[in-house]
Amino acid sequence: MITEYVTYRNNSPYPFCLGCSHSIVLDQLNTALVKLQLDPHKLVIVSDIGCSGLSDQYFNTNAFHGLHGRALTYATGMKLANPDLKLVVIMGDGGCGIGGHHLLNAARRNIGVTLLVLNNFNYGMTGGQHSVTTPHGGVTSTTRAGSIERPLDIAGTVAVNGASFVVRTTAFDKELPALMAEAIMNDGFSVLDIWELCAAYYVPNNAFTRKDLEKQISTLDFRTGVIRREKRTEYFRAYSEQSASLKKPVHKPMALDAHFTSTIKRPVRILIAGAAGQKVVSSAALLGTGAMLSGLWATKRDDYPVTVMTGHSVSEVILSPEEIFYTGIEQPDIYLALAAEGMKAARRQFASMTQASTLYIRHDLLPVETNARTIPLDLKRVSRNQLAITSLAAVLRHANLYPLEALQEAIRATQRPVIAEENLKAIEKSSALTG
Amino acid sequence: MREFIDGAEAIARGAIAAGCNFFAGYPITPATPILHHLITELPRIGGVAIQAEDEIASIGMCIGAAMAGAKSMTATSGPGISLYSENIGLAVMGEVPLVIVDVMRLGPATGGATTVGQGDVQFAQWGTSGGYPIIALCPTNPPECYSLTVKAFELAARFRCPVFLLTDREVVATMSSVETEACDPDGARLDLKITPKLAGRESFVPYQIAKADDVPDFSPYGGPNLVRFTGSTHDERGFLTKDPEKVAKLNQHLAAKIDAHRQEIELVISDLQPRAKTLVVSYGITARSMLEAVAATRRKGGKVSSLIIHSLWPVPESAITHAMHGIQRVIVAELNLGQYRRELERLISLLSEKRPEILGVNRVDGELITPQEISETVL
Repeated sequence: MITEYVTYRNNSPYPFCLGCSHSIVLDQLNTALVKLQLDPHKLVIVSDIGCSGLSDQYFNTNAFHGLHGRALTYATGMKLANPDLKLVVIMGDGGCGIGGHHLLNAARRNIGVTLLVLNNFNYGMTGGQHSVTTPHGGVTSTTRAGSIERPLDIAGTVAVNGASFVVRTTAFDKELPALMAEAIMNDGFSVLDIWELCAAYYVPNNAFTRKDLEKQISTLDFRTGVIRREKRTEYFRAYSEQSASLKKPVHKPMALDAHFTSTIKRPVRILIAGAAGQKVVSSAALLGTGAMLSGLWATKRDDYPVTVMTGHSVSEVILSPEEIFYTGIEQPDIYLALAAEGMKAARRQFASMTQASTLYIRHDLLPVETNARTIPLDLKRVSRNQLAITSLAAVLRHANLYPLEALQEAIRATQRPVIAEENLKAIEKSSALTG
Repeated sequence: MREFIDGAEAIARGAIAAGCNFFAGYPITPATPILHHLITELPRIGGVAIQAEDEIASIGMCIGAAMAGAKSMTATSGPGISLYSENIGLAVMGEVPLVIVDVMRLGPATGGATTVGQGDVQFAQWGTSGGYPIIALCPTNPPECYSLTVKAFELAARFRCPVFLLTDREVVATMSSVETEACDPDGARLDLKITPKLAGRESFVPYQIAKADDVPDFSPYGGPNLVRFTGSTHDERGFLTKDPEKVAKLNQHLAAKIDAHRQEIELVISDLQPRAKTLVVSYGITARSMLEAVAATRRKGGKVSSLIIHSLWPVPESAITHAMHGIQRVIVAELNLGQYRRELERLISLLSEKRPEILGVNRVDGELITPQEISETVL
């Protein structure tokens, strides 16, 4: 059985003021929907806030009434979750102001959503305040002497930013149903910037007439009619095509089979005090992974500033024969000093060390004052991005935490082949570093 | 067999295991790794993950996607949660199943972007206008990041509301050894598909309930029913109303659907020692310090009980009250100036038996609370 939809309106009369253009535009939307015969189950009318935000309640379709200015974000989410949906977003000029960022980005994406802007140059519901589209000189309750701001060209803005079907017209345009139908069927972002009369405020405050409405467009030198009709891939379509070319999931649990052994009998707390670019964080992860290949438990926490290629980089690694709860290090058993920045950031832990601790320190950072047993590392010939991994390998050998082979396996198992190769080569030299 | 992973990856895997197929987020330290994981993974398994233009759009897209039937999640940190605030209210009012991950960092405003804090605890509960109960779960390690993310999706679907995974920079960024089966992305996938009983119902009423604490049946856009959603005070059909009777019914319902079912949400790990006079309470990364402090105290022959709170909101009142039985001193360890201690003080004031004294162990300097700091208070 084929259902014929004779109307998409429900029985409720519109709540708009006499002379308000909203009623005309919504009737034209109904005509467009009847023409298209869309299944109302597959159609969502998404409304914004303000008088135009009441619109969704007068249609027998799905409806979503959200927050001011955010209607396009909800519609975008719906489209991405169910691309079969037709989304008609109804927003005022107010919503285009507060939600301007979403307007720009909906255009840039060319998301498959239709936006009807019920543009009447002021905020009707809250008492006739000025909006982003109030004409220069326009009198509103917050521009008593006339607006001194330039009105936003909504249609022009979305047209240059990627919307694929853009129209500027007035509520009195007899072509509105045809334009709305084309907008809804366009596979991409469609915007109809529909200029309207606000009978409650803008009309009386400015002795504004229908004639003025048309005159205003020409005074502003804004383009009218269809100002963009472009074939451009819709966002979800582009996203799906790209996704289809991706390989299957990449993050698989990587079980670390403990086939090496460690002689550690109690937790060993290792602090690496380095700098950005020395690969402290990734090397610390390798140290932990190697420990797990040797049957130990491990934790690794990092500290760094918000800067990327500069500043300190400190990692705290705990290796233990038993599960570790607290992951911080107050008093390191091993302190590996690779950079002054790191030593400054981890100065409290540096000062806490006793004779029971071991300090491995880059040659050129000496002399330092410490109670810890001090082992200098000659790292002159080691490149910056291999400082951490090379010196950690040296520490591993010297302190006999677990077999070096476990670290080598950790490198091979977790790093990209090119980098793994370089790191494996680098740690071969590590035996000479501790003298 | 074990693996070496951080909390961010565990959260992403938990989301995938729970059937999450929509994620929107905006880059922010320290929540960004969750965005990266899901941007990488979701399109490969038929889902969608998007970097939105800002935080408001992130949660807005998640709300729209959820109402169209997606299992939605977003992740951010304090400044982003601040921007989510209004939409959290919308999700409460419109009864949207949604998971929000808040990776707490230190202090107000930009605060310490790469520094740990637990300062959003009260904000998670009271961070939107109107004041309604919120559900917030708080993991202490990667396996709990995984399991509580799964739980968050379950509760969001069960109660049709936003559910917070309230975690912190240390839990998310610290790597730990975990058993491989603990965070398996192919692990028991939840079937959160919505109520087949709805199919083609004659006149679907989107917010219809029989009792105040009922949860209205969910029907997605594009499904068999016409659905009406609104953030305004509405009747059962989803139309705006000012009728005091209907308004009261709605507002009481939003509170009752969670309050009346607190027992379903309550999640704690209690380790109560007979004849202990001290109870230590903690959550998130700080609970890990507490576990060491408790073990150290007991090794020395001391008696102490402990309580890890996994469901911070609603406050697991019966579990906490039970744990306080016979206790003379309660210690709450947290990386803020005593936000959750307030909740325990409230519960203590309701006790009919002798009321224990309550102390806080607190830090807001960006460092972790050490086990020693807690042990010293216990003794």
